[in-house]
Order: sequence, then structure tokens, then C-alpha cells
Amino acid sequence: MESNVVFYAMYNDDDVLKDGAKKLVAKGIKVADVFSPFPIHGLDPIIGIKETRLGIMSFLYGLTGLAVALIGTKYFMIDDWAMNIGGKPSFSFLENMLAFIPIIFEITVLFAAHALAITYFLSNKTIPGMVANNPDPRTTDDKFVMELKLSENTQFSDQEIESMLMDTGIIELDQKTIK
Amino acid sequence: MHKEATIRKPLVLGHKTFHDVTEDVCRPIESKAPRTWYILFAFSAIIGLYGIGCILYLIGTGIGAWGLNKTINWAWDITNFVWWVGIGHAGTLISAVLLLFRQKWRMAINRSAEAMTIFAVFMAGLFPLIHMGRIWVGYWVLPIPNQFGSLWPNFNSPLLWDVFAISTYLSVSIVFWYIGLIPDFATIRDRVKKPLQKKMYSLLSFGWSGRAKQWSRFEMVSLVLAGLATPLVFSVHSIVSFDFATSLVPGWHSTIFPPYFVAGAVFSGFAMVLTLLLVIRKAYKLEAYITRKHVEYMNIVMMVTGGIVAVAYVSEFFIGRYSGVEYESYVYMSWGAATGKYWWAFWALIVCNIAIPAMLWFKKVRTSFFWSWVIAIVVNIGMWFERFDIIVLDLHHGYLPSAWMMFYPTHIDIGVFVGTIGLFMVFFLLFTRYFPVLALNEIKTILKTSGESYKDGKATNAGYAVEDQHLAEKDMLKNQSPSAKKKPTSKEEIKSTAKGGDDNSFSTLIEVIGVATEQKDDLKELNGLGPAIEKKLNEIGINSYKQLSKLEENQNLNVLAKHLGASVSVDKLLDWKKEAAEKLTNDNN
Repeated sequence: MESNVVFYAMYNDDDVLKDGAKKLVAKGIKVADVFSPFPIHGLDPIIGIKETRLGIMSFLYGLTGLAVALIGTKYFMIDDWAMNIGGKPSFSFLENMLAFIPIIFEITVLFAAHALAITYFLSNKTIPGMVANNPDPRTTDDKFVMELKLSENTQFSDQEIESMLMDTGIIELDQKTIK
Repeated sequence: MHKEATIRKPLVLGHKTFHDVTEDVCRPIESKAPRTWYILFAFSAIIGLYGIGCILYLIGTGIGAWGLNKTINWAWDITNFVWWVGIGHAGTLISAVLLLFRQKWRMAINRSAEAMTIFAVFMAGLFPLIHMGRIWVGYWVLPIPNQFGSLWPNFNSPLLWDVFAISTYLSVSIVFWYIGLIPDFATIRDRVKKPLQKKMYSLLSFGWSGRAKQWSRFEMVSLVLAGLATPLVFSVHSIVSFDFATSLVPGWHSTIFPPYFVAGAVFSGFAMVLTLLLVIRKAYKLEAYITRKHVEYMNIVMMVTGGIVAVAYVSEFFIGRYSGVEYESYVYMSWGAATGKYWWAFWALIVCNIAIPAMLWFKKVRTSFFWSWVIAIVVNIGMWFERFDIIVLDLHHGYLPSAWMMFYPTHIDIGVFVGTIGLFMVFFLLFTRYFPVLALNEIKTILKTSGESYKDGKATNAGYAVEDQHLAEKDMLKNQSPSAKKKPTSKEEIKSTAKGGDDNSFSTLIEVIGVATEQKDDLKELNGLGPAIEKKLNEIGINSYKQLSKLEENQNLNVLAKHLGASVSVDKLLDWKKEAAEKLTNDNN
């Protein structure tokens, strides 16, 4: 019913939106989301978005790649089929490893980068064939939209939220009931 | 918020707004391609097809179709390979290294430079593949269990390192490039009208919505990928140089090769970026984004890397001569090369890579679009000669004088090389036609720090200047009356406080511009004036164009602007005044 009401407040400037969000949050309002054509620096802590852990994930993927490369080169070149190159020692990984460093490095980067990209696409829900759900096509051009959900701000009435939004320099206000 | 000194030259000229950036970048995609595009495309496609024909003939006949001989057993194929890989170094250098260094000028050029990188690495990758002779057994280079007992590819070999380096570099570059493209595709998706285009771009944009969390992840991924790509750039050409440096051929077994190859690669890469970008700049009318300053920055990078290359040449020349080894006396950097049968290749290298780029030390030259373009093309040629010299000149005098040979390319050699240039142009032309050639959403982030409006203090369009915001905030805190501090509980109360608080300050203004008329004008028709602002204007007794047209700068417009909310500045009010006056004159006519 009324808890399904969603407000879309539109701004024409990222700094105005950021200021508005600051004021609203100070009044105890929870901002559900912000849609913008480019990243607004400094907005995340204001509206309570935690820092992403993708960097840590990438590091772990890189470690996996490193392990695969170390095990792989050792198995291929030392254990399974040691190549005789000019009679040089070919049965010790430690002595031969220097020649494998380029490969080990490349495989580490390969794993870290691609697994990171896949994680990014999945967690972002940006996969080919997905349908975009930005509330207004102008949010990918020059407008910035702040999304407020009434269900998350039960201490205020919809009129109160509306009037508070009005004071933050918005240019358009849209109210939708989501079924 | 990042602050930038106003004496720094703006990176975006011409008082652009966010919307202008979108318009400027999307225009070539949405409008019909000019005839020149079709002519260039047809021309490149014909050359590319000829190249494919030559490649097919080569694969059908064998490597003997190249002009190789017993002494010079590696020539144009590897020359072209190294040349293309080198060119493919600028894109990731610009986007990754310059991102880590927070160089904002990268944003105007990174997209097309990355595209160029990817296409150049495609072309580079062709040469090892066709050089295999039997391309259908190409999978033998991969470490997969096979039918020959358990013989794995030789991980000690620089040629196999190359396979890993190039494929990692290519795939990571593509991912990096595409992740940056997704938000821009979303912008195009939300603009285009034709259903087919809409469908295509919604598919390409992966359903990007621009949520705050998505952007937060986007920034982190860009940063981490940049961190990963930076050592990758350096590793790729180091490994390419190992192809030579780990061998025992005079002129090749040189420890200076890895750093020198990397510098040379960046040198040639930037030359290619300039060659292409200066044309795009004119053809797609992007003069406001790719400015003289950008060209100068790129030329400075070329001066530095070209300088490193020149020092490497001198050191090669000196060390070869100093060693006293007679086999070194006719390597590519030696007196023997300068006066021998390949003197023209030696001097082509010196002239194209040292003498002519030295002109860039003159500010007049490096800030001239035309001369930058000419020098960039010369450097492209010079860098091809560098690789040719290293490969052919070092090989053509073997240890045995009876085996000394010259290299003569066959028409297949030439056809394959020219064909790759054609294919490269085909890819690049398609890119400029269907992809946003500038990172348009990234450019919007620097508009406020490096845009011209914010540099000369005329920020009237894209929102308002950061300084104005601080002033407005200060004023607001100062003027906060006790009654306003009380938490308003209803809309009516806010209205009444607004009226009570500000009526007096506006009564003088109303006296000057006249009272509200019976006939209310639709103020929302003015640019950037939304219903919220209209409501506020009506509340203080302004509801007509006539009143707005009488606003004057000498009146206390600060207060009015402040009252109307943070998105309104004095300049904006004056813009509305002009617009309103125009509307009035139009109505009267």
C-alpha cells in the first residue's frame, strides 16, 4: 500500500544532489539509491554504501593464479617431462624457476584480471541481455536521480518527505507506487 | 572535491555542459556517416581483403612464399609483429599508467587509444599464427595434455612466454576497455530512437543503470585493472625483447633490450595515437575535447620515450664498438651498418627516430597540430625501420662471409604487411562509427575541475560552481532564524516560515520588478527551471516573464538565488532574465 511508494527526486547537478543527500540523511532519512551518469565522489559514505570488496577478491584470484602457475610449471617442466637443455640441471624447480617467472607473472595477472571482471559483472548484475532499470533515461545523460523508499522511512509521512525533498534544490519530483 | 588551479589550461574548451558532452560524442553515432568515411572504409577493406588473400596463399603454399633465406630466416614477419605490438602499447599506458598517476588529460584520448591498442594487438597476433606455417596445429602452444606422451610446450622458451604475454595483454586490454565502455553504451541506449539501434546498444550496455553501488564497483575495478595492467604493459614488450635478447646473435644479445623496447613501444604507440586522433578530432568535431594541450602532453611523452630510445642507440653503438668484437662491427648500430649495403635503413632510423622528433623540443612544433601529425607519421615509419634494422641487419652478416645475404621481400611479404594496415583501419573506422570515441561519462567528471566554464568563473550551465555552493551554504547558516531551526512538521508550516522569513527581503525586489500579474506564465519553459523552483517563485510573488525580465544585476539577486535553492545561481537568474525577455519580444511580434 503506502509502503510501496517510491520517490524519485531529480537534480541537475551532482554537488546539489550530494548536499541534498547530506541534509536528508542528517534529518534521519534513508536514501535508497542514486542514479547518475558518472560516479559522484564522496557520495557513498553519505548514503551509507559500504566500500566494495572487489579489490580483496582480485588479490585472492591473483593468489590462485600464482598457485596454479607454480604448480603447473613444476609439474610440466620438472616432474612430468624434464627437458634436457644443454645438459643443465632440469630436475630442480628452484634452479629452473627463473625461466618460468614471465609465465608465472602472466598467469597471475590473467587470473586476477579476468576473475575480477567476471565477479564485477555478476555482482553488478550487468550481464548481456539484462534490462536496465534507471528511472529516467536522462540519468545516463546529465540528470541525477535520488531514490527514496517510503517503506524505509516509516517515521515520516509522504508529504513530509516531499517537502524535505523540495528544499534540496530538486528540479523534478516523481512519485511511483511499485506493485 | 578535487581542486585545480585556475592557471592550468582547461581540458574541455567551450563552456560545455554535461548534456553538451553527450551530444558531441553521440553525434557521429546518431547521424549518417560522411562520404569520406565510406570512401576510407572501402579503400581499407580492399587493402585488408588483399592482405587476407595473401595470408591464405601463404598458408596454402608455406612460409617459402616469403623472401626469407638461409641467412635471414626471420624478417618482415617478426618486424611487423614487433611493430604492431609496440603500437599496441599506448592505449593501456594511457588508460592504466595515467589513471594511476591521476592524469586527467587521459580521459579525452583513452577510449580511442585503447581501441587502437586492441586492434593493433590483433594484427600483431596474426603474425606468429601465420608464421607457424601449419596454423591448424596452433593449439600445440597451449599446455594441454596431448598425444605425444607427455611432452609439454617449452616453458623455458621466450617464444612461449610471448604467447602468454600477448594473449594476457590482449584479453585484459579488451576487458578493461569494455568495462569502461558499458556506461557510455548505456548513455547511447537511452538516447537512440531507432528500435534496432536501441536493441543493439541495450545488449552492449549489459543493462547498466548507473546506480551508486555500480559506480562504486566500477571505480574500484578500473583502479585494480589499471594496477594489474601497468606491470603487464611493461612485461609484454620486455618479453618481446627477450625473443632477441636471450639469443646468441650479435646485436641481439643485449641486456639493454627490455627497457629500450618498452620505451620504443610507447614512443611508437603515442605516434600512432596522434596520427589517428588528430584526424578524428577534425572529422568528428572534437576540437573542444582534444585540445592543443592534449597534443602537447602527448608530444612530451614522445620526447621522453624518444629520448630514451636515442640514448639506447648511442649506448648500443658505443658498447658494440668498445667490445672490439668484429662480429659487432656490422650490427644494426655500428659503423658497418651506417656505411654498408643497408646504409639507407640505418639512416632512415636515425632521421625518423632521432633527428625529426627532435623538432618536438620547440614549443611551436609540439603545439602545432599539423607538425605533430607529420612527426607522428615519421615516427611510425622510423619505428618500423628500427625493428627491420634490428632483425634484418643483425642477421644479414652471419659469422661466415660466404653466407652474407641481402633480404628482398616478395609481394606476399608486402601484401601481408599492407593488408594488416588495411584490416586495422577497417576495425578502427568501424569503432569510430559505432562506438563512443571519447569516454564521455568520464569527461563529465572533470568538467567541474578542468572545464573552461569553471576555469574562467563563468559557470552558468552545468549546475553551479563549487565556490558558489560554499558561499550559499555559509549564508544559509548565518541567516537561519530560530523559527526555521524548529523541525517543520507539515508542508503548510514550511510554507509559512518561508513566507514569514523572506517576504520582507523580497518586497523591495517586487517593488522594482512589479507585482504578480493575473495571467500566470509557465515559468517551467525556461531552461533549467523546474516545478520546484517555479513554486518558490510563485510563493514570493513572481509568476510572469515580465517580472523576470526586469531583474537586474545591481539588485540583490544573491538572496533570491539562495532562496530558490542550491541549484540556482545569480548567473542562472540572469540567464532566465534573458530568456524571459526573448520570450516577451517573441510574444509581442
